Amino acid sequence: MFRNQYDTDVTTWSPAGRLFQVEYAMEAVKQGSACVGLRSRTHAVLAAANKAASELSSHQRKVFRVADHAGVALAGLTADGRVLSRFLRSECINHAFVYDAPLPVSRLALRLADKAQVCTQRSWKRPYGVGLLVAGLDESGAHLYYNCPSGNYFEYQAFAIGSRSQAAKTFLERRFEGYNDYTPDQLIRDALSAIKETLQGEKLTSSNCTVAIVGRKDDGTVEPFESIDGKKIQEIIDSMEAAEEAPPPPAAAPAAGAGAAESSSMQEEDKGTDAVPMDI
Amino acid sequence: MSRRGDWVYENNGGTCVAIAGADYCVVAADTRLSVGYSILTRDHSKICELADKCVLASSGFQGDIKALHKNLSARELLYQHQHNKRMSCPAMAQLLSNTLYYKRFFPYYAFNVLGGLDSEGKGCVFTYDAVGSYERTGFSAQGTGSTLIMPVLDNQLKSPSPLLLPARDAVTPLSESEAVDLVKDVFASATERDIYTGDKLEIVVINKAGTKREYIDLRKD
Repeated sequence: MFRNQYDTDVTTWSPAGRLFQVEYAMEAVKQGSACVGLRSRTHAVLAAANKAASELSSHQRKVFRVADHAGVALAGLTADGRVLSRFLRSECINHAFVYDAPLPVSRLALRLADKAQVCTQRSWKRPYGVGLLVAGLDESGAHLYYNCPSGNYFEYQAFAIGSRSQAAKTFLERRFEGYNDYTPDQLIRDALSAIKETLQGEKLTSSNCTVAIVGRKDDGTVEPFESIDGKKIQEIIDSMEAAEEAPPPPAAAPAAGAGAAESSSMQEEDKGTDAVPMDI
Repeated sequence: MSRRGDWVYENNGGTCVAIAGADYCVVAADTRLSVGYSILTRDHSKICELADKCVLASSGFQGDIKALHKNLSARELLYQHQHNKRMSCPAMAQLLSNTLYYKRFFPYYAFNVLGGLDSEGKGCVFTYDAVGSYERTGFSAQGTGSTLIMPVLDNQLKSPSPLLLPARDAVTPLSESEAVDLVKDVFASATERDIYTGDKLEIVVINKAGTKREYIDLRKD
């Protein structure tokens, strides 16, 4: 970007009242590969586009389970993200140990934001170079938060971060108003479509994206945060492509009914298949 | 009975038993909680499922036992996050031993029996003292009724001596249902003579299909 005399360390304000190091850290988030998150009243979905450093290497894992009821997807310096995930995991475990209850998602986002803020006010530290989409379920329903390196955090219905995320955001802006009543299956499809927007022409397959979901089913049982198996994702992608070629579905009500039945049978199958292993 | 003013423990009584089989493990404990000559409750579980193939039964001071179980559950969750799999029974056995010895000079008043399947799917039982000394055996009993139960298990399960060479399998050749029947019988006997054992018996059976739980009534006097 621009060389500046006020950007040497994070504890120097510019005359315009900006902290350039923090803003540069937010740029690092934009360099990472895309992640999207969306939520309904009862479920939250995270999806990430997988980027491999080269053809020879495996792709970087961007979606981490933090607790049974919450997980994060990150964009930016994944090493920073890994360390923050470890912090979030231990916060959740400690809270459950002391209070015998899951850490509410808003408090989880707050702990993360406070930790990020510390790094913006110490001369011997640097801000974390990673943006996190925190998705989780608690007593008040499903939530999605975006935590940025500045220490700010906001709650969202749907959001996208990382490179070419604007395309995904445009897609989500058109559709987010209906998300509260979406079934989990519809959320997953929209997440995959949003990721597809960021791939810009590249074919979407189960090997270049990861999808994870957490939520509470209609009967009250909780589906813990889990990455969806690659085979299942491929089936959903295939059916989405088939639907694109076929004529669009009739009215919204019968489609939602069919979607709900489909999603519950898919969830039974999910329990049967092995969960995708989490990254360390 | 006069006690020192600084005695911070209390024995809530109860008995725990575990038996290892070729491909299963039975862990059982009564559900009576007592203090002195009184019963606090007839319906309190002493068994904690730490991992999918690992179950801990403890008798002694329930305050320490609750804290110990919570501690181990939290450590198991941390292990899951770090290693991407659940803790194996032998790993948990070592962790429990270390956790107990950590408090060597202010011990957990807990007499533990850990049961489950090892990484080959064979039954394993680990038995402990209050400060973490442990041993893998084919069967064990701990708690107030242990002195009544252990000789019967020795007689019925005929486990070969661990000192023999070549090392013999400690697990019993009995079938799962035979082992469960034996557990019910020994608890019925212990209930007769041990005032702290009775009310209900909770039996947990772990095998490759998963974990099963069963409750049997015991004498309430």
